[in-house]
Amino acid sequence: MAGGRVSTIAVLGMPNTGKSTLFNQLTGSHAHIGNWPGITVDLMQADVDLQGTPAQLVDLPGIYDLRGHSDDEAVVRRFLESTRLDLVVVVLNASQLDRQLRLALQVRQLGLPAVLLLNMADEAKRFGVTIDTTSLAEELAMPVVLLSAKYRRGLGEARHQMAKAIAKGLSQEGPGGSQAPVAHLDACLAEGDGALQRQIAQLMERSVTLPPQWRDRLTRRLDGVLLHPLLGLPLFFLVMALMFQAIYAIGVPLQEALGTLLDSFGQGVIAPLIRGLPAFAQGFLLEGVYQGIGTVSAFLPVIFLFFLAMGVVEDSGYLSRAAYLMDAFMERLGLDGRSFVLSLMGFGCNVPAIMGTRVMRDRGLRLLSMLIIPFSLCSARLNVFLFMASVFFAPRVGGLVIFGLYVMSFAAAIVTALLFKGRFSSNEPLVLELPPYRFPTLRQMFSRAWLEVRHFWFWSRRFIIFGVVAVWLLNNLPFGVEPASAQSFSGWIGRALMPVLGPLGINPKLAVALLFGFIAKEIVLGGLAVIYGQANPLALGHALALDVNWVQAVSFMLFTLLYTPCLSTVAVIRSESKSAKFTWFSVLWSLALAWGTSFGFYQLATALGWGSLVLH
Amino acid sequence: MRTPAHLADLAPGQSATIAAIEAHAGLRNRLEALGLSRGQRVQMLRRAWLAGPLHVRVGMTELMLRRADAARVGLEVGLDPWPVAA
Ligand SMILES: Nc1nc2c(ncn2[C@@H]2O[C@H](COP(=O)(O)OP(=O)(O)OP(=O)(O)O)[C@@H](O)[C@H]2O)c(=O)[nH]1
Repeated sequence: MAGGRVSTIAVLGMPNTGKSTLFNQLTGSHAHIGNWPGITVDLMQADVDLQGTPAQLVDLPGIYDLRGHSDDEAVVRRFLESTRLDLVVVVLNASQLDRQLRLALQVRQLGLPAVLLLNMADEAKRFGVTIDTTSLAEELAMPVVLLSAKYRRGLGEARHQMAKAIAKGLSQEGPGGSQAPVAHLDACLAEGDGALQRQIAQLMERSVTLPPQWRDRLTRRLDGVLLHPLLGLPLFFLVMALMFQAIYAIGVPLQEALGTLLDSFGQGVIAPLIRGLPAFAQGFLLEGVYQGIGTVSAFLPVIFLFFLAMGVVEDSGYLSRAAYLMDAFMERLGLDGRSFVLSLMGFGCNVPAIMGTRVMRDRGLRLLSMLIIPFSLCSARLNVFLFMASVFFAPRVGGLVIFGLYVMSFAAAIVTALLFKGRFSSNEPLVLELPPYRFPTLRQMFSRAWLEVRHFWFWSRRFIIFGVVAVWLLNNLPFGVEPASAQSFSGWIGRALMPVLGPLGINPKLAVALLFGFIAKEIVLGGLAVIYGQANPLALGHALALDVNWVQAVSFMLFTLLYTPCLSTVAVIRSESKSAKFTWFSVLWSLALAWGTSFGFYQLATALGWGSLVLH
Repeated sequence: MRTPAHLADLAPGQSATIAAIEAHAGLRNRLEALGLSRGQRVQMLRRAWLAGPLHVRVGMTELMLRRADAARVGLEVGLDPWPVAA
């Protein structure tokens, strides 16, 4: 043994072969995001013990072809060229060896030590595909294991073969350490390319028996209904509506309960602890820092539930069907059906919807989707609108106003997509696999949802807490002012913004409320209550109605709908896009669109003399 | 039934053999990785309305692809030697 050196193993495979499932099964849930020089995407990585050999396992993005042109394919190439590897684990879908063997052959061509894992053995069996692993292993000159990651079959054998392959590599290695990274990767692959097709055909003929007839009747029948030209779309919207209802029926009470819990902890435990401090410091800690933590936590239940639902839709195979159903429309917007599903989810909460764009691997497509999702009218904004509508309009008119805001929300997304589809064009063709329908397992869904919650907590926490603290300071400085009053910094900013916001009918008080809304729309109403000094909703409504007319109110609502949804959304856009420039662009574009829309509406309505109409 | 010249024109239920992929490297590469390569049999399963995408099967894989992309997949013209019952 080379002095207890930790071996490095890369997991490589085509998309959707169950690579991540396998990775999680092999590593437990100890994975973390690794740091690899020159690699810009997150690679999950974990330390494992392979029958006594310590190793680190790295999960590479799923790719179709080592010579491919997508971003992920470039990442994998760069990784192979820059990392010393002791072993490559190639994961393929056992029932699709007719096309997937290409990847195994490419790895062999590179001369990397490899173990071939044929996953989804359960499906291969169900579809009548039989594989002679002994013969395949001989032909390929690498160990071959048939397994089923989801149902935890064959994992022991896989570990054993991996340990054996590593031990073999270590015993052969010279004093210089492990395998050098691959040099001249592309040239080496090009050399083998011509023979690939023939080699695959040969391997298939010698080691694999395909069924005479395709046997997945269930998928055939379900597709007949779910992809039906007339029934397909209504069914899709029904499924979405149900899912949406379920998430928010459970999520909102959970969110509120968590809020109450954190509140009473703050009042009951933290407040007494810091009572000795000056009032300003108390406020800073409790209403600034602690409130910031609360803002982050409030999202955790919805994110968890969202990814449970998303897990069902994705793992069952329905997400790619949704892409099929919506494509005729979405293609014209430069997007695909998956962006549509996520935008719909955004109507509940933008944050998990933006995190969910990770299902799209193409960067242009992802960025364009992230640009439009914030226009989805989320439940927090809806709360503000319901309140304002009840103050300024009779119920029938109020309903129309809310409906109009939903229409605006779609319109803003469509206009944005049309304007920027050229800038964020996807360079990957939309060719998607429609996998057979599968039953997701509970365990799998829970671990996925948990992972996403951790991910959000890890990446967004600091940014959000910082933002909440900053706005608290604006409201409470200089020392001794009434919070958010005209004398505070934010009151001052509100007035300073008048040249810009005045033409929209937004007065200094509403401007301060918009400043609050930048943190979260949930606190806009609370903010208004502080600014107008009216805690009771009815009294606040009165005070508002005396201060502004309905045209100003609608202008405020339009602005609230379109500008930055909340700090958490900005935080996830930043952590998902990994680009400060794009984040700025997204924030500024939504501000510009909000300003333009409110301006147009207010000026037109005022010119027509609508302001004096009474609609209540 | 006569086979049309391109995958985009295949009728639901109809199958054919791929003769050539006339696409730029990126698309060609992706199509081949998903199994659409010369000599393979493909079957059209369904075509979405309003010029929407196509649902095809090749080997053991089912795919959706757009018509513009499917138009780049040339088929062997001639009488279909293996008519497939729908
Ligand atoms: N039937 C069956 N399904 C499996 C098995 N392993 C994974 N799956 C399912 O296959 C789908 C894809 O699994 P993932 O682990 O997300 O696949 P991946 O290769 O990581 O996909 P990418 O993230 O796109 O690279 C999921 O729906 C899994 O539940 C298996 O052994 N049998």
